[in-house]
Amino acid sequence: MMLGVASGKGGTGKTTVAVNLARAFGSGVWLADCDVEEPNAHLFLRGTTIGSRTVSLPVPQVEAGLCDACGACARLCQYHAIVSFGTPPLLFPELCHGCGGCVRVCPRGAIAEVDRRIGVVETQRDGHITLVQGRLDVGVALVPPLVRAVKASLPRDMPVIVDAPPGTSCPVIATIRGLDALALVTEPTPFGLHDLSLAVDMVRQLNIPFGVVVNRVGVGDDRVHGFCRREGIPILLDIPDDRRIAEVCSRGRLVVDELPEYRPAFARLWAGACALAAPVPALAPL
Amino acid sequence: MIIALTASGDGLDARMDSRFGRARRFLLYNLDDGTVRTVDNDEGQRAAQGAGIQAAETIARLGVGGLVTGHCGPNAFRVLRAAGIPVFSTTAATVSEAIDAYRAGTLTRIDAPDVDGHWT
Repeated sequence: MMLGVASGKGGTGKTTVAVNLARAFGSGVWLADCDVEEPNAHLFLRGTTIGSRTVSLPVPQVEAGLCDACGACARLCQYHAIVSFGTPPLLFPELCHGCGGCVRVCPRGAIAEVDRRIGVVETQRDGHITLVQGRLDVGVALVPPLVRAVKASLPRDMPVIVDAPPGTSCPVIATIRGLDALALVTEPTPFGLHDLSLAVDMVRQLNIPFGVVVNRVGVGDDRVHGFCRREGIPILLDIPDDRRIAEVCSRGRLVVDELPEYRPAFARLWAGACALAAPVPALAPL
Repeated sequence: MIIALTASGDGLDARMDSRFGRARRFLLYNLDDGTVRTVDNDEGQRAAQGAGIQAAETIARLGVGGLVTGHCGPNAFRVLRAAGIPVFSTTAATVSEAIDAYRAGTLTRIDAPDVDGHWT
């Protein structure tokens, strides 16, 4: 079971939900921080690093002696990472998405691929939680390949919680594609509802079972709950607007450790998500 | 010879667009017969990244003998230099003022990018 924790709006409490859900487990669980531009789940854990590996993209390198400047590579590249007009190509590796198309279309075999480092995937262990996080190098703009590298490090036979980046763009799609279920975290405000509805549209297109976690219930209004009722979206968890939760989080501690009365709620969240992913099958006719 | 200018409108009275990669459009001005042709830069305006490179490719394929714009970033400049297209910087308000300055030889030819990438 792989559960994603996502949201349209940033700052709604994805990481709070993800790390507390992981801690509430009584046995081994994996937590993946796919917000590789600013991973922060590690701030709430006291883990030791047990692994780190660099992630690279294959980018073109041109052998000038073989190139006859035909320009086939440049015509193929939609990202303008390789440019040619009657001269050996100019390369812009920072724009290359690593598709390898230029290598294939070159009729003279003049293009080879070299690795361009984009970031690291790190593994930490804190008790029963194994954290895998991506960390994008400063100055790199291409997020999805590193997200996919994080996901490739995850086991298939263990419970996995995936903390997604905010929003509805490519990094989020790369994160949630293929997950078994999603918890969309929102806050009960007009802004929260607006961005939740964007996230709902995205998730429905990807056909992933999902429910909603409403964080800080009590700060706004009841429009998020009304929206979920009308749309037939299950509310997996309501987290009240409890000042003590904010204090615990701001100290980098975990809610389920410091305020144990919240522990059962996170256990219910996991059970509810599992029910979404594998609905009880209808009885087959005898 | 034909020169390219970055403009925000059509015709010689159009205002110059000081951006290159994300310029609204390119005006191609024929110095020999005074005719004007407009080339849209939709792809450059829409591009998430690489607008300057893309615009420079467009300009290079049009076979112009020079580019007159406001500013030029590092990637675009690299492509324009490889294509052998001289780049002139101007603060002229309109296309016709920029052409007059080009003819008078008072424009500054830039030999290095004068802004960082992602300049707006």
